[in-house]
Amino acid sequence: MVNIEVNKRKVEAKEGETLLTALRREGIHVPTLCHVDGLTPTGACRLCAVEVEGAPALVPSCSFPVSEGMKIQTHSARALEARRTIVQLLLSNHPDDCLYCIRNGGCDLQQLAQELGVRQRLFSGKRSVGKLDVSSPSIVRDPDKCILCGKCVRVCEEVQGVAAIDFARRGSQATVATAFDTGLNLSSCINCGQCIIACPTGALAEQSHIDRVMRAIRDPEKTVVVQHAPAVSVTIAEEFGLKRGIDANGSMVTALRRLGFDRVFDTSFTADLTIMEEASELVQRIQTGGVLPMLTSCSPGWIKFVEQFYPDFVPNLSTCKSPQQMLGALAKSYWAEQEGVDPANVFSVSIMPCVAKKFEMGRPEHGHDGQADIDAVLTTRELARMIKTAGLSLEDLPAGKADSPLGERTTAGKIFGATGGVMEAAVRTAHYLITGEDLPDLKIQPLRGTQGIKEAAVEIAGIRVGVAVASGLGNARQLIEQIRNGRQDLHFIEIMTCPGGCVAGGGQPLNTDQDMVKARLQALYSIDRDETVRTSHANTEVARLYEVFLGEPLSHKSHELLHTHYTKREVLI
Amino acid sequence: MAQVTSEKYEAILDRHQEAGRDHLIPLLQELQDMEGYVSREAVLAIGQHLKLPASKIYGVATFYNQFRFQPQGKYHFMVCRGTACHVKGSDKVLDMLVKQLGIGPGETTRDRLFSLQVVACMGACGLSPVVNLNGEFYAKATPAKVASIIHECREKESVHAAG
Repeated sequence: MVNIEVNKRKVEAKEGETLLTALRREGIHVPTLCHVDGLTPTGACRLCAVEVEGAPALVPSCSFPVSEGMKIQTHSARALEARRTIVQLLLSNHPDDCLYCIRNGGCDLQQLAQELGVRQRLFSGKRSVGKLDVSSPSIVRDPDKCILCGKCVRVCEEVQGVAAIDFARRGSQATVATAFDTGLNLSSCINCGQCIIACPTGALAEQSHIDRVMRAIRDPEKTVVVQHAPAVSVTIAEEFGLKRGIDANGSMVTALRRLGFDRVFDTSFTADLTIMEEASELVQRIQTGGVLPMLTSCSPGWIKFVEQFYPDFVPNLSTCKSPQQMLGALAKSYWAEQEGVDPANVFSVSIMPCVAKKFEMGRPEHGHDGQADIDAVLTTRELARMIKTAGLSLEDLPAGKADSPLGERTTAGKIFGATGGVMEAAVRTAHYLITGEDLPDLKIQPLRGTQGIKEAAVEIAGIRVGVAVASGLGNARQLIEQIRNGRQDLHFIEIMTCPGGCVAGGGQPLNTDQDMVKARLQALYSIDRDETVRTSHANTEVARLYEVFLGEPLSHKSHELLHTHYTKREVLI
Repeated sequence: MAQVTSEKYEAILDRHQEAGRDHLIPLLQELQDMEGYVSREAVLAIGQHLKLPASKIYGVATFYNQFRFQPQGKYHFMVCRGTACHVKGSDKVLDMLVKQLGIGPGETTRDRLFSLQVVACMGACGLSPVVNLNGEFYAKATPAKVASIIHECREKESVHAAG
């Protein structure tokens, strides 16, 4: 224990921790624009600088260790003045187009300027003029608004192990850039959008599909169907200032109807379907000596990661399309047929916690008969924006229910939004498929929680099945390297691109922190605890789909509509 | 591009066996010496050799003025922007070159005839402002002088083309 004094108040800190960590625990707010929890501090923005008695200069609290007897002033006149100057310097070359900025009202820089009382442009530097990069199907990068905090660079490299971007050039010319300043689409970017979550300004944002969705809704020719992913209903309430960790499924469904969508389907339905197909594929691979370990294929960032960094593992990827693509494919075949609608007039929208889904929808391997499975992807943030534009408030809406025949879900499909959830759902169903009985306890504790890598061994009919779960591609890389180096005890591995799973996806509300991720996971697991139908094979609409349309898992029709393939991808890595 | 054919770089890469990231700058220098510029292929080959992402290598390489990313033109202009040359008006000389050639510093014209480089000091302050064309020094350069040099180069080329 280390005793320090903060603003004339005694504070106990822990040996070896940084000042910022101690201050935050005490609830003392010191601003920063470059700090990322869990990553090496860089001290780049200097906004967290505090006054330490006896020190000649202000010290950055994010990278300064506590020591016994330290006396600190966090908001002294000198510290405040320094912070104000830093913000003014950051603004000196800023475009100042806040009114038109995607981050208006949600920008860390804007908020700081407000907090520190910056009321005029003190320094007039040369405005930065960079090239707006709209090349990526998922992410828009506006270098003019970049303040070079480096959070995106660190998240991309240290968390995701991708390193598509880094600082280039120096001094006033410095920018964050891809190799050779190419568009993001040619870089090794996997479209996960964790950089958007990290970005304190409007320099990074999603490619918006709001306009094309609204156009389709207004088009009388089009039947617009929408699906929503399992991780959206437990986060969207945050965008309306409601408590974190609330499941707003009912009111969100009503909001979607009021926005004008003709049918509201639930991606958790095809999550259940994915489990039927994927568990069958796993059983088949184990029984016929197929390529193992099998790797999940729901997370499009991860798929691109494998294609470019680990092409030798492409055969390990499950051939199942993601639940989004499966639902899209079924809406334009099974449902359109039943409804008597021409698939060409069906416009299929998905609400996703993810920006990589915007990339996935454009993959040429997907779709059939010249029809794309999905026509537009909206993130949780975009949906919230649309709901607000329509003058609706999530809080006041009555609960609605998703539409048959693609709307029923079990809790197994719902926990797809959590790291480990796909695996837990798959094990439940694999056990049933092999033994004809459900697991005595459906909850598989070792697969839950926010750890980067989780493992378990499950006994199914005398076979020991080794399973592992990783979220965050840095963690996935570790696991894959182990397998490359000869590890053989694993049969099935679930990988989610974003740390914590889809609840922490790149399309989720901004300023996601660890506590929020935990609350969102908790919300999903409460649903699994409280409801009674908890296995994908118990989904009656899925059973009906097989009965009247697909036949059985891995049937010819399933393969045609629900499965796909991946190949090595050439990018600048 | 992932598995780049790095055969042409083999001799150089072989000299850096089991090298760490501290070999990055020497490698960039040697490959630039070989090709006249740092090509994409070179960056990818170095990346594989040192297990570094291309974005990082590009970040380091763009930090230094010594690296260029486009092949030099047949006529390579170096403009000194050191203190003495600056005082004597090298900015106007540079402006003229940029305008006449239609390229910025570090760039090469599409026909690969001209390239332009800005250097900090050539150690010829007594001749300032200095422009260097393919190793030949031009003392007390003015925008007009530079324009006529460019004109001469273009003349030579059109004679070549006609002949």
